[in-house]
Amino acid sequence: MAGIKLNTLRKIYAGNVEAVKGISIDIQDGEFIVLVGPSGCGKSTLLRMVAGLETITDGELFIGDRLVNNVEPADRDIAMVFQNYALYPHMSVYNNLAYGLKNRNIPKDEIEKRVRKAAEILEIGDFLDRKPRQLSGGQRQRVAMGRAIVREPAAFLFDEPLSNLDAKLRVQMRMEIKKLQKELGTTSLYVTHDQLEAMTLADRLVVLSGGEVEQIGSPIDVYEKPASTFVATFIGSPAMNLLPLTKQGSDWKLDNGATVDVKLNTDLSDLILGVRPEDLVIEELSEKFDTGLHTALTVNVVEPVGAESYVHGTIGEGSVDVVVRAPGKLHFEPGQILKVTAKPEKLHTFDTKTGKRIEVQGALEAA
Amino acid sequence: MSIYKHGLQLTPGGHFTDTYKQVLTEAGGFTKSVTGLTMLWNSLILGLGFAIGKIVISMLAAYAIVYFRFPLGTFFFWIIFSTLLLPLEVRILPSYEIVQGLGMANTYTGLIVPLIASATGTFYFRQFFKSVPDELVEAARIDGAGPLKFFIDILVPLSKTMIAAIFIIMFVFGWNQYLWPTLITTDESLFTLVRGMKQILQVWIGAQIPDTNQAMALAVLAMLPPVLIVVIFQSWFVKGLVESEK
Ligand SMILES: Nc1ncnc2c1ncn2[C@@H]1O[C@H](COP(=O)(O)OP(=O)(O)OP(=O)(O)O)[C@@H](O)[C@H]1O
Ligand SMILES: [Mg+2]
Repeated sequence: MAGIKLNTLRKIYAGNVEAVKGISIDIQDGEFIVLVGPSGCGKSTLLRMVAGLETITDGELFIGDRLVNNVEPADRDIAMVFQNYALYPHMSVYNNLAYGLKNRNIPKDEIEKRVRKAAEILEIGDFLDRKPRQLSGGQRQRVAMGRAIVREPAAFLFDEPLSNLDAKLRVQMRMEIKKLQKELGTTSLYVTHDQLEAMTLADRLVVLSGGEVEQIGSPIDVYEKPASTFVATFIGSPAMNLLPLTKQGSDWKLDNGATVDVKLNTDLSDLILGVRPEDLVIEELSEKFDTGLHTALTVNVVEPVGAESYVHGTIGEGSVDVVVRAPGKLHFEPGQILKVTAKPEKLHTFDTKTGKRIEVQGALEAA
Repeated sequence: MSIYKHGLQLTPGGHFTDTYKQVLTEAGGFTKSVTGLTMLWNSLILGLGFAIGKIVISMLAAYAIVYFRFPLGTFFFWIIFSTLLLPLEVRILPSYEIVQGLGMANTYTGLIVPLIASATGTFYFRQFFKSVPDELVEAARIDGAGPLKFFIDILVPLSKTMIAAIFIIMFVFGWNQYLWPTLITTDESLFTLVRGMKQILQVWIGAQIPDTNQAMALAVLAMLPPVLIVVIFQSWFVKGLVESEK
């Protein structure tokens, strides 16, 4: 077992495509790191560089204390779980698990022991004689996991391992992977574009965009203090509401004229205000406070999802779609006008040009 | 003889075993040195040698083309591919020259090797290898399978049905070769069945009447092995077509 250190890793593909633009991450021993980002942001490329399946254009990669830039995948002491499982179709489940061990000249009885143990952990003991095509998707996924486990590697690498499963199984396997990783304590690097999967699995999240790191942090940190508008909208569902905020005199105002009572330490006069749907509460349902955000919202569409409803609306002419998370038992009519509020500590502000976070200092009045 | 009196008959004549025994064991031909059994054996060597040689060569060539980057790889592939357009008959004279020059006339090598040199098999295997998912190759790399291990442990077993299909086609093709064996073998002990059959029917000189019964018996013998091969391998063949193992 070991940590992994990525030191300004870069990848330039043929044709001058810079897929990874100097990424540094320090992964602790036993840590579960999730790389998350939209399609094409370079997650797979980064993971495959760690695996050794893609050459490293520039930068250094350490697994444990060893510089492995030019080490073959098989000698990097890693195991990888692929999206489409990549099981050997002609081999039995047992041989699928054993193949990598045989190639390393591990004695037969040791192989047998490890395979049986992995099969027991993953509950695939009954299928050891079957071929992969005789298994369901979930079972194949387990076999793929088993192939990683028997190697007893320094690190697991996962590239969207659950995206071929149906929604229910995905949730179940997600929890199993997490449990297994905690039990084995193996350093893991996990790639996904599903922010929910990322949030639930990660010890630390790495949010990527366009080949660069947007933010690294624990899921809660990333959720509560997104470093940029990109992270703010990418993590969390429904996404954070973003509204233009301008300085008029000494007040910060929204486009519809509503004053937002926040204290900001910035020279800029154009900002973006961010507020999560669940932090935007209907005034009648909340305690009274004068600071923060107070505005009227015209309801357009209501999406009931059971325990709660997502109320979509606008706050005046030309407003973007604003989403409020309301209790599911309430009823809303399109055209209805709601008063919504948010406390200052629930507000996020970002630089309009760079998208970078500007810390909210609290309420003006309180200051 | 009755074929000349009554035309073709549907039922076997009265000399069934006699004829086959004669054909198989009695030496025939001009030099009276070659039996049906020898010819059967020669045909078998040609068919098997050709099919197996072809499969081995074309798998290796396709493996190189698909999995290794080398300069002008694509260019070489298309060169090889273009030989598909040239059937044996077109390049038969130069081939003959070369084999003759190398002193390989009247040898099994000379009989088989020039036939192997064409791109059909390479092309089929290339297409098949290309359909093997990249992730499988990568999984094998992580599992510590080098190029040779990957080929033997994974690619060959995966190609099983493909190999069976090509084996059938190539065996029958090799077995039925006529023109090339006719050119390259003058020694009767190397005659194949197809060639020997012709020999019997060709003796229409003077009052001599061809031993049609023998020719027909040989024809049946010549048909049997390809039929057997197809019957034996057809379940594999169909399996390969119906269920994809990927
Ligand atoms: N072999 C390649 N040659 C050239 N460009 C490539 C290659 N592989 C990937 N790219 C480019 O690199 C960028 C990152 O690709 P990558 O596969 O890492 O994205 P990803 O984040 O894994 O996306 P997804 O979620 O869709 O899997 C993309 O713009 C892609 O087009
Ligand atoms: Mg990817």
